[in-house]
Amino acid sequence: MEPIALLLAATLNAGTALAIAGLGLLINEKCGIVNLGAEGIMLIAAIAGFATVVHTDNDWVGFAAGMGAGALLALVFGWLVIWLNTNQYATGLALSMFGAGFSAFVGIRYVQEKLPAREQFAIPWLADIPLAGAALFKQHPMVYIAIALTFAMAWFLYRSRTGLVLRSIGESPESAHALGYRVRWIRLACVVAGGALCGLAGAYISVIYTPLWVEGMTAGKGWITLALTTFATWRPGRVLLGAYLFGGVTMLQFHLQGMGVQVASQLLTMLPYVATIVVLALISRNPTWIRVNMPASLGKPFYPGA
Amino acid sequence: MIDLNKRWWLRAIACAAVASVALVAGCGKEEPKPAAKAAEAAPAPKPDPLKIGFMYVGPVGDAGWTFAHDNARKALEAEFGDKVKTTIVESVPEGPDAERVIRDLADQGHKLIFATSFGYMEQMLKVAETKKEIRFEHATGYKSSENMRTYDSRTYEGAYMAGVIAGAMTKTNTLGVVASIPIPEVIRNINSFTLGAQSVNPKVKTKVVWVNKWFDPPKESEGAQSLLNQGADVLFQNTDSSAVLQTAEKAGKFAFGWDSDMSKFGPTAHLASAVINWAPYYKKATKDMLDNTWQTGGVWWGHKEGVIDLVAVSDKIPEATRKRIDEIKAGLKEGTFTVWKGPIKGQDGKKRLAKDQVADDKFMHDIKWYVQGVEGKVPAGG
Repeated sequence: MEPIALLLAATLNAGTALAIAGLGLLINEKCGIVNLGAEGIMLIAAIAGFATVVHTDNDWVGFAAGMGAGALLALVFGWLVIWLNTNQYATGLALSMFGAGFSAFVGIRYVQEKLPAREQFAIPWLADIPLAGAALFKQHPMVYIAIALTFAMAWFLYRSRTGLVLRSIGESPESAHALGYRVRWIRLACVVAGGALCGLAGAYISVIYTPLWVEGMTAGKGWITLALTTFATWRPGRVLLGAYLFGGVTMLQFHLQGMGVQVASQLLTMLPYVATIVVLALISRNPTWIRVNMPASLGKPFYPGA
Repeated sequence: MIDLNKRWWLRAIACAAVASVALVAGCGKEEPKPAAKAAEAAPAPKPDPLKIGFMYVGPVGDAGWTFAHDNARKALEAEFGDKVKTTIVESVPEGPDAERVIRDLADQGHKLIFATSFGYMEQMLKVAETKKEIRFEHATGYKSSENMRTYDSRTYEGAYMAGVIAGAMTKTNTLGVVASIPIPEVIRNINSFTLGAQSVNPKVKTKVVWVNKWFDPPKESEGAQSLLNQGADVLFQNTDSSAVLQTAEKAGKFAFGWDSDMSKFGPTAHLASAVINWAPYYKKATKDMLDNTWQTGGVWWGHKEGVIDLVAVSDKIPEATRKRIDEIKAGLKEGTFTVWKGPIKGQDGKKRLAKDQVADDKFMHDIKWYVQGVEGKVPAGG
């Protein structure tokens, strides 16, 4: 039983960065902007967060630095795609490549740094429950923040007025514009919020998940996250579950190996993408499904004058 | 107005294009000049330093494999002073890019070139064929030619000594190895680690996870975590970063440093570091060049030649075990002790080495099976 509890604990931890970044991309895409730059944002935020913790020795300041770096990059991205109407896909790809190179460059002197050991966090009382305590209540606070964030995001998008405006911009920016909403500014706010969340995820990876800095250390997590929002058909709850599913696949594979069952890791690495393609194929076959789930203006530029 | 603007842009782009072409052409032309000048000034009293090129697979800051190579390069510079001049190219991916880098190094007048990863083998061989006047050195490979030779280290000796410590320190009798890519060298190290542990604790079992990368810290720590979750309490890795050690530190378990001294990455978890010191070989190769005695071939050096060592042994290790390590080191030095000496049984119980039979190098290079005590199967492709 105990190995299963620990496997569950590791899975929750592995899925957390994916979930946070996934929620960030969700808010982006709900208002109609695709940000393929997630990987680059996460990398730059990872080095920003790591470097900050090296100098200040405070994780939370590091997270804030990661969020700040992510928001700043997203601001530039938002300005390019919303005001200059550059192609969202090309701009996002460029941002990803820029992020990979830039983070490696500024991170050179941090490659050999190490962070001091941390106290393990545990929720009092609950952590002492046998099995479930170890699995569920002895995690880093960020694991719980990710879960709380999912509920907050669901409420915000589907229960609040601002969320409704945001979604309507994602569906039809022209109508929202006609009603007098400032489409471009609201979109920019979404993009910046999304960048900040991607940045938080990046900082979590370099400060807590693998507390060190190396070039390209997010290792494709940004791309998995992009797949994740589609896989989750743009629903916050499903983003969280999908994140645990994708995170769990790797942990399960190592677990099986340790038990002597050999599964090709290459096969499992591609599973999230296969799953995403399957979901895409399924929802694309059914027009009502697409209409219900996918923001209609996703990836399309908006010209307020036209 | 718009038209003018457009024209202005076009002109600007054209100007920029011309300028950059000129710049590139200029740079290209400039390079042979100093060489020609140097040739004219040949009868200078002091000979030019021997230019030595190093090509690394990772960043020099990886704290592991590449870091060890670079330390040896520094030792080389310290030893030979202004008689040599070294250049490094780091983070060169294995594959077609490597050929271009080797060719560049050759064209820039490096007379001795070290390529420090297995995956550079074919590329180096190809360049070596066209640059007969240059000497090539390839680490951990098995192909050589008249001007290209190989060098390698007996990393399994370090793995064995780490195993002896692991066997003494484990409480759960379960050891974990985070392995990289299923090639004989790595499988041999897993086996040697297990044999070392069994020599002091016959009940030991070894669990293995393969991450299929040399350097991927997040994956390495995920693999380490999953081994800890399954009851392993002493970890060992054949990957290049310090992630496994740091994961053990976080969990309050034990682990080792690999390739270079990693004690600072996990002061409490660190039991010892199995290190490679390439300096003796790099000095020998340079001396061969300076003395004009370079010959092709291949070497496989271990503790005896000062290439392999176990350092930074922790105070937590019992006195008897430390003594045993010293005995092994002395035995390796004098040639009275060998790691791969029978009886050794395979995982399936089949006898691989009879009693007192000593494995030769060919046997060692063909190990694609686990010894008894290692769990799981060797992945395909090994």
